[in-house]
Amino acid sequence: MTEITCKLLVIGAGPGGYVCAIRAGQLGIDTVIVESTRLGGSCLNVGCIPSKAMIHVAEEFEKATEAATGKTPFGLTAAEPKLDLKQAVAWKDGIVQRLNNGVAGLLRKAKVKIVHGKARFRDGKTVVVETETGPKTIQAEAIVIATGSAPVELPFLPFGGNVISSTGALALSEVPKRLVVVGGGYIGLELGTAFAKLGAKVTVVEAQDKILPLYDAELTGPISKRLTALGVEVLTGAKALGPTAKSDGLRIETADGKERSLPADKILVTVGRKPVTDGLGLQNLVLDMDGRFIRIGERCETAMRGIYAIGDVTGEPMLAHRAMAQGEMVAEIVAGLPRAWDKRGIAAICFTDPEIVSVGLSPDEAKRAGHELKIGQFPFAANGRAMTRHGEAGFVRVVAQAGSELVLGIQAVGQGVSELSAAFGLAIEMGATLQDIAGTIHAHPTLGEAFPEAAMKALGHALHI
Amino acid sequence: MAERIIKLPDVGEGIAEAELVEWHVKIGDIVREDDLLAAVMTDKATVEIPSPVEGEVIWVGAEVGDTVAIGSALVKLKVAGESGAAEEPSGGLAGNQSVIPGQAEGLSPEPRTDASDRKGAGGGEPISDKPSALGSGPFAGAKSRNDVVGSTAKPTVPPPKAARADVAPIQRRAPGEKPLASPAVRLKAREAGVDLRQVQGTGPAGRITHQDIDAFLLRGPEPARGGGLVEQSAVTEVKVVGLRRRIAEKMALSKSRIPHITIVEEVNVSALEDLRATLNKKPTPERPKLTLLPFLMRAMVKALAEQPALNALYDDDAGIVRQHAAINIGIATQTPTGLIVPVVKHAEARDLWGCGIELARLAERGRDGTATRDELTGSTITITSLGALGGIATTPVINYPEVAIVGVNKMVVRPVWDGTTFVPRKMMNLSSSFDHRVIDGWDAAVFVQRLKELLENPATLFVDM
Repeated sequence: MTEITCKLLVIGAGPGGYVCAIRAGQLGIDTVIVESTRLGGSCLNVGCIPSKAMIHVAEEFEKATEAATGKTPFGLTAAEPKLDLKQAVAWKDGIVQRLNNGVAGLLRKAKVKIVHGKARFRDGKTVVVETETGPKTIQAEAIVIATGSAPVELPFLPFGGNVISSTGALALSEVPKRLVVVGGGYIGLELGTAFAKLGAKVTVVEAQDKILPLYDAELTGPISKRLTALGVEVLTGAKALGPTAKSDGLRIETADGKERSLPADKILVTVGRKPVTDGLGLQNLVLDMDGRFIRIGERCETAMRGIYAIGDVTGEPMLAHRAMAQGEMVAEIVAGLPRAWDKRGIAAICFTDPEIVSVGLSPDEAKRAGHELKIGQFPFAANGRAMTRHGEAGFVRVVAQAGSELVLGIQAVGQGVSELSAAFGLAIEMGATLQDIAGTIHAHPTLGEAFPEAAMKALGHALHI
Repeated sequence: MAERIIKLPDVGEGIAEAELVEWHVKIGDIVREDDLLAAVMTDKATVEIPSPVEGEVIWVGAEVGDTVAIGSALVKLKVAGESGAAEEPSGGLAGNQSVIPGQAEGLSPEPRTDASDRKGAGGGEPISDKPSALGSGPFAGAKSRNDVVGSTAKPTVPPPKAARADVAPIQRRAPGEKPLASPAVRLKAREAGVDLRQVQGTGPAGRITHQDIDAFLLRGPEPARGGGLVEQSAVTEVKVVGLRRRIAEKMALSKSRIPHITIVEEVNVSALEDLRATLNKKPTPERPKLTLLPFLMRAMVKALAEQPALNALYDDDAGIVRQHAAINIGIATQTPTGLIVPVVKHAEARDLWGCGIELARLAERGRDGTATRDELTGSTITITSLGALGGIATTPVINYPEVAIVGVNKMVVRPVWDGTTFVPRKMMNLSSSFDHRVIDGWDAAVFVQRLKELLENPATLFVDM
């Protein structure tokens, strides 16, 4: 058995792990990263990136379909579009491949040693990795657990056959005629919308009484409207019971307590994600847990000295950019720099149609936190760019503390608003006040103009409404 | 509608100007006949200026602290009647005058809540009714700061003690509350080992800037956090107006022009105290209880009869010392708003109880602010006494243009050597200052010795020698 000794060992090469390793390498730390599958983690391989690729394909297809029906208000007509989903998936895989290679290159450049295989803790300083060439023992001064998360499986609806996870949905070779999505969270709705645009008859089954339960009704309103327009049936307050006898559909209990069968060619289960800790040998460690997640402090430290945890394995919000920021911070901590988690906001985005972006506190959260509020909301219906790109649904909303006018949260819903997250995040992180935003010139004509307008609205003098 | 100009009336005694110490009205207020417009202060008395007519205030001619010439325009009122400006017929104030010494400063204009209701038709700038009483102290939150900005920004007479708007709110945060700072500032603080919660933010909404960190580093960490001790750096501006300004000017004049010579002498007041106790046993309305001061006043009358040069006013500009036959003894008196000096006129014509009764009456009038200008002027020599606070010795400041002042220090029982043994004696010091330009040290010493002799042998106070 070969033995490696290093200063820092990172387990998991997802966005948290590989960023941690790159930053550690930059800081001259002797670093090893272990990955059991492909570099880039869920995000790059089966999550953020491939889903966005498929969403893009679906959008393009839907536009072409709209043109084919001659329903565009600007007089565009086109022939009936055809989609080779296999080629689309291959295109997507190509992007993933490029990014995989990119990560590998970046790690090499940072002089990080990559070990492929499954890691298992022997003790707090030692990890055994089962590689293709046999077990390797790695001794490290510091170890970062960045093993990520995986889709939650419903016991009565195990993955396999017609029952697929998000990973399976991104690898389908043809568009299912009838798709039932179990779980109306952002993953289910992003994929459900994409497949609806690609021509599937989509039904969303959500146990709670609303879709996207983490967002308020104002934000989700435009999404619901669009889903209806796309012919997606949304059943809220409905419980999945299990596959039909012939496995050609899903049995559910509707909100009024009746049992109903939803015919389905595929059943996509997106009911959440769970931390990946199986086989990691955590029983050999003494870590504090937070449910199934590893409990961490403000330095991402665990209960054991020298062991850190970052990313989805540490719980919500399970977002790649959070994991990346944690990874960067931990690398600097291992390098001896004084660091602690002091972020003010982590933008959360739903790449639905239209998109939702939210940074900081929602009005409800801010009220619960005891703030007196000034809220300004500016509709895209009054925004020139939104009109000219034929997407007027939605708005930008700024939530500020009355008095100080400190911006506590910013939300938006609308076509392409995901890119506004940059401005929103910066405003929150810099501690902007309403006047800071209102006083910043935003280029015309852009969707971003709605941002200062919303701030001005909160200040009582919006210009364009 | 006509305009009516109210001029500053002759407030008496040949005074050419008066200092505006308080506005009772502001632009936009509706005043009725006899409502008070403003208070002006002459030499020592405050005079309230009533409105002779009903009308709306549309202009005010001075700010608090300004010196206003008698006969100059003070207020413009919009009054019912023919158009054209009419002037208040000048003349004395007759029965409307109320003289309130000492009630000069520290009172904000009373917001007239009824005025804003009635002024609607008259137009005019609405003015915040908040007199900015909220301070800019270290615990003044951002909210109050904004209120201050809001009210002081209006074109109106600033209240005398308006909190300064440019004093940034100093915010102290509870542990756990996140300080407001940009990521770069947070990093800088962390690297410098600075706990941002201890840093005062001067930016918008209390945001901590790079400069704030630099200032904090320069100043060093604060002592004893959590001990309840917090460093204060607020600066409160107090306008020196009214009585305080009079006091300041007079003290500066006295000290800058008069070379003081101060003599401290101890006086055995045991016999005097025995006598006083005897006299006070059966007080009647005609012969109320006596304090020590009437005895001192009688002693001064006797001593000054022998040394008339000390009962004099030195007109140093004219080069004349005017020795007065009348012995008008000023009694320095502390009031809630500052030092005033009511005068016991013609002490030479008052017996012990006569002095005592007049003294009590004036002290009362001085403290409740009802002493007239006449009662506050005309002294030829002054007594200053702080009673039990009198200390062992003081250096009294001569009440310019007088030439002598007698200071009474506290009475204590001290062991005194009587030639064979120590005996307890009630001892009291007199600290007396003299204008050394016109009083030689010898004469001063003779006067002090004479006072001592008279007070130590109280019987001599009542025999003609």
